[in-house]
Amino acid sequence: MDSARSSPDPRYLAGTDQVLIKLLIAGPFAVGKTTLIRAISEIAPLHTEEVMTQAGALVDHLAGVKDKTTTTVAIDFGRLTLPNNLVLYLFGTPGQRRFRLLWEDIAQGAVGALVMVDTRRLEESFEVMDLIEEAGLRYAVAVNPFPEAPTYDADTLRDHLDLHPGTPLVLCDARSRGQSLDALIALVEHVIAHMHMEPA
Amino acid sequence: MTGGRHSRRLVPAYLATGGRAHPSRNHLDRLTTLHAACEEIPVGLCPEQRGVLELIQPGALPLVDAAAYLRLPVSIVKVLVADLVSAGLLHARPPIPQATGPDLETMEKVLDGLRALKS
Repeated sequence: MDSARSSPDPRYLAGTDQVLIKLLIAGPFAVGKTTLIRAISEIAPLHTEEVMTQAGALVDHLAGVKDKTTTTVAIDFGRLTLPNNLVLYLFGTPGQRRFRLLWEDIAQGAVGALVMVDTRRLEESFEVMDLIEEAGLRYAVAVNPFPEAPTYDADTLRDHLDLHPGTPLVLCDARSRGQSLDALIALVEHVIAHMHMEPA
Repeated sequence: MTGGRHSRRLVPAYLATGGRAHPSRNHLDRLTTLHAACEEIPVGLCPEQRGVLELIQPGALPLVDAAAYLRLPVSIVKVLVADLVSAGLLHARPPIPQATGPDLETMEKVLDGLRALKS
């Protein structure tokens, strides 16, 4: 476990030499990204506010007045400290292509993505899956089973989502820490399997 | 993704950077770890630069955490951090070797750590 925690304030990292690992929690609006981050994070989820133009460009020199051509997107994230000086960072990532530049900035350096889907609106996860594939990131798919959502067998879901046979597909109630951890484990196993196949 | 939970900041973002839009160091990442390089915060800094240094005085923080606590966009914090690093007031360390990403051994340890949380 942590050795010589330099600061008792849980906001701070345990040291300056920790390895920070970035994972994306991706999916459309209200699919449960922040719920999953909250279930796993050791700190209350934080968020940054990113200012965008409607065209999707990141803007950082605004004249202070939000006009009709700009919009603010809040990006939630959480943290999970692991043994061996490792810290996982989970970033809730918007799925729309119009946030492309923001997406690329957040995805930079990520080791993989968990794509969350709602079976009532599978197609809303397609766009983010395309972005992830274009970025060359490994991903697993987590179905968040909302009570009123239809259930399908795995083969049907794989077919609808057009998943590669090797891509993990898991059920994950985002409110459950255990199930959320299982989904991350499936993702990390998948990433590792590909590292074995494609040695750097 | 959520929006509009907080009121707008009082100081426009562009004032915090002296009107510059782009950091002088583009290697800064959301997960760059920041920690203090000075015992005392010197006078003459703008309030936002001082805010960064005050925030990280008790311990190390990733850049994205600093942006969240300071309620400034990440892009603005990158500019502030680049200037503070140039001035020798702040250390900034990349999260992982940028060129290669985490290696297999690191990812095996991540997996072990996650599995241990399940038991």
